[in-house]
Amino acid sequence: MFNESTAVNLENRRLTSHAQLNELRDHILASRDPDRLEVVVCHGTGCFANGSPKVVEALKSALDEKGVDAKVMPGIKATGCHGFCSRGPLVIVKPHGYFYQKVAPKDAEEIVEQTLIEGKPVERLLYKDPKTGDPILTEEEIPFYNLQERVVLHNIGKIDPTDITDTIAAGGYQALAKAISTMTPEQVVAEIEKSKLRGRGGAGFPTGRKWRSALAAIEKKGRPVYVVVNGDEGDPGAFMDRTIMEGDPHAVLEGLILGAYALGAEHGYLYVRSEYPLAIRHLEIAMAQARELGLLGENILDSGFSFDARINRGAGAFVCGESTALFTSIEGKPGNPRPKYVRSVEEGLWGRPTVLNNVETWANVPLIIDKGADWYTGVGVSHSTGTKVFSLVGKVNNVGLVEVPMGIPLDKIIEEIGGGVPGGQPFKAVQTGGPSGGCIPYSLKDTPVDFDSLTEVGSMMGSGGMIVMDDRDCVVDVGRYFLRFLEEESCGKCIPCRLGLIRMRGILDDFSAGKGTQQDIEDLMSLSQAIQDGALCALGTSAPNPVLTTLRYFKDEYIAHIEAHKCPAGVCKDLITYTIDPDKCTGCRSCARQCPQGCIRGEKKKPHVIDTEQCIRCGICMETCKFDAVYVE
Amino acid sequence: MTTQEASIDEILERYPGSPEYLIFLLQDVQKSYGYISPDSMQLICDRTGVPESQVYSVATFYQSFRLEPQGEHDIKVCLGTACHLKGGQRIMDELKRRLQVEPGETTPDMKFTYTSVNCVGACALAPVVVIDDEYYPSTTVKKLEKQIKALSQD
Amino acid sequence: MITFQIDNHTVQAKAGWTVLETARHYGFEIPTLCHHEAVTPSGACRLCMVELRDGDWSKLVASCIYPVAEGINVHTDTERIRNVRRWILEMLLSECPASKQIQDLAARYGLKQTRFAIENPDEECMLCGLCTRVCEEVVGLAAISTVDRGVHKKVGAPFLRPTEVCVACGCCVTICPTNAMQSRIDAVRRVPATAVTAPTSK
Repeated sequence: MFNESTAVNLENRRLTSHAQLNELRDHILASRDPDRLEVVVCHGTGCFANGSPKVVEALKSALDEKGVDAKVMPGIKATGCHGFCSRGPLVIVKPHGYFYQKVAPKDAEEIVEQTLIEGKPVERLLYKDPKTGDPILTEEEIPFYNLQERVVLHNIGKIDPTDITDTIAAGGYQALAKAISTMTPEQVVAEIEKSKLRGRGGAGFPTGRKWRSALAAIEKKGRPVYVVVNGDEGDPGAFMDRTIMEGDPHAVLEGLILGAYALGAEHGYLYVRSEYPLAIRHLEIAMAQARELGLLGENILDSGFSFDARINRGAGAFVCGESTALFTSIEGKPGNPRPKYVRSVEEGLWGRPTVLNNVETWANVPLIIDKGADWYTGVGVSHSTGTKVFSLVGKVNNVGLVEVPMGIPLDKIIEEIGGGVPGGQPFKAVQTGGPSGGCIPYSLKDTPVDFDSLTEVGSMMGSGGMIVMDDRDCVVDVGRYFLRFLEEESCGKCIPCRLGLIRMRGILDDFSAGKGTQQDIEDLMSLSQAIQDGALCALGTSAPNPVLTTLRYFKDEYIAHIEAHKCPAGVCKDLITYTIDPDKCTGCRSCARQCPQGCIRGEKKKPHVIDTEQCIRCGICMETCKFDAVYVE
Repeated sequence: MTTQEASIDEILERYPGSPEYLIFLLQDVQKSYGYISPDSMQLICDRTGVPESQVYSVATFYQSFRLEPQGEHDIKVCLGTACHLKGGQRIMDELKRRLQVEPGETTPDMKFTYTSVNCVGACALAPVVVIDDEYYPSTTVKKLEKQIKALSQD
Repeated sequence: MITFQIDNHTVQAKAGWTVLETARHYGFEIPTLCHHEAVTPSGACRLCMVELRDGDWSKLVASCIYPVAEGINVHTDTERIRNVRRWILEMLLSECPASKQIQDLAARYGLKQTRFAIENPDEECMLCGLCTRVCEEVVGLAAISTVDRGVHKKVGAPFLRPTEVCVACGCCVTICPTNAMQSRIDAVRRVPATAVTAPTSK
């Protein structure tokens, strides 16, 4: 990324105390004019792919062309993901705070003329209230944002993640400096325990208890102890951790250093998915800058405490999100989970006591140390404190990243923040917890979103993927999807997982071909039980969940596949037909041109017909038709 | 796709010769050469002291490693949940029809290799296709056709 | 000594023993396919699952890797256990249909046929991993390893080509619980060019 506003030279600026960190912070803040014009362009993956770099180029050349007076020359800042991905590319102009959405390079000139020179908003680029149609000026006023509680994400979208001065100006490393100068390691552990923070990676194990057990293990076995970041975010449809690592890498790093201080670790590892190259790069930059300032490495802040970390890139294996598989992968081996009944806090990486926490968990740690456990427990509900970040995707209007206090009703996230399902009908189900989770039906829309309530309804929090499904999504198909995903990702070591998942999927394949039987439903249930009881690691034991929850809540839909040989959602290929509505078809021939079978016939400008005998039900005609003339049943 | 940026010797020297750096070495060799050849695998064995069978085991366990030369253009179709719901499989089927090879294989003219990936974390863009590290949002069969035609001609 | 219960009998074990070791010492029957005293246990076949009970709480664990502990209450033949074993064996009947050993074991659990389709009627390997473990841990050569993962997993030499690393010691064939390794040995062992003229020497 780039930054034109760093006026602070960091060379030879090794910090040796909390006071020096504060001095540097004051110096950075003093060198910045709060009224300075600044154009913030979101460079999250969504906006980036939708062309934000081109928007930056266009803004720069528009500025050159207009010859804007040097005094009003704005800084242009690239930030991490703002979360409102379905509206990207996003541009915010400061100090006004005007929030522009779906900005294209051709809009640059108008932004420069109207906003940068005249200080007025470009109305057509503003977000419109979906109910009233009124334009909304700033980010804070948009319902998608103002119903959220952005605590972990507070810096993301505001800072340049590749410039540590931005982080320090925003209060970064204050918690570390505070802990090192005023707290004992024991006090840090106690504070985390008191906060009741639970792991954000899946099962929700209390973080403080994990750290306490590690201390007990160290007592028995001595050091070294390792601290590890699990950045192997593998659940399909989840990108919270990616956003945190890309948009605020120092938050993860500061959390890890605090953990190392609390446990007396000298070495740490950040295991990051290889599909996230930008996250890896930003973490590398963050670590180099933190070392430069003496916040990482030898003798941190001159306290005598030394800690350093390295990044391990994943190599494409979902199972490595499982703790023991992650350790064997860091050791350079295939990511097979370890067949041992011993906790990783006692025997983890290299057989040593190890504390492994997920990215979001680590990012919560500095907040707790900085603001105190009492503040933290004030957010959320009693057994699930704090906030949780979710990636809200699928059939929902506002696709993006949302952070909400624990315990908020599911419906509020989907309807109010997410803006509901496109088309306005109620959602059919929400899939949470990824391949280990389950589908929560609309009838349970008031379920509070916290660890225990989600488990009670048969799903789980998981890492925070929230996939909204509507009546065009088939539960049998979704079950097949997750099983296929896991059968590809299974390490293959234990028989229940290696053979059981593909066999379960085979039974579901029969359903979607209209060949299922009542006996199959019973076999699915009992095979699921065998896998839950018999598999070696959590990937296997939790794999039947998506099928079990859909059998629990959507059994009728399974029965429809068996008895009526129908797929009510219109998804399972063997049970559906595509038809052209002659009243809507204009005879434009665009579907006929795209049809890979060449089985759509008709005269030009007259209604066309699909030959169902030859049709392979690829759905391309439906995707191609601009007149909604193709329907499926 | 291959960026011949470093010689194999240079890569081998990047890390200490211990088994924990095996995956780093495989990743770096693949980045420079596009795949891991039997010869480079042998050199990695010698460097790390890991038996060849175990290096091969690692190289085949992880999805990102390629043991055969790859096509000039790398097409990855995201099949994360959001992309699945919005038609990712349709894109896969179309690629198979168009390129006439199975996923993971390379076209005989060595132009294209295509695979599916499990979620690239860009769910707002579903269905997403990543061609040579560039993201193509809301891909349709029509858009894909255009892109492949353009790439076939250069 | 550690004292605990197996199927309501009081048993004693040395610290460090597994539940399986103790159970076999006392003559309790627990089936296994991937277990052998000569190599590190791997907990792969899951046939040796036993149920731990404590009041209403219960949990299945693999007895070959579960360390004994004072006062635990182990059951070796419950409905949950039988369900796990039944499905494993039913799936193995279709996975390695040529194995007499697996057919016999399945028959002991009342299974004669499988609901699943048989794809490879000659297959005998169920990927217990004893061959790769004995080659690495006992022979010290690691000529073979598991290749690929998940449903594609198999046993083989690098690049699935015969290798000179293999000395044809036969340990893998001996330890194999089915006859799978016997039929694979030619795919693993490459006879060095010099040895062709004097195959019995060395």
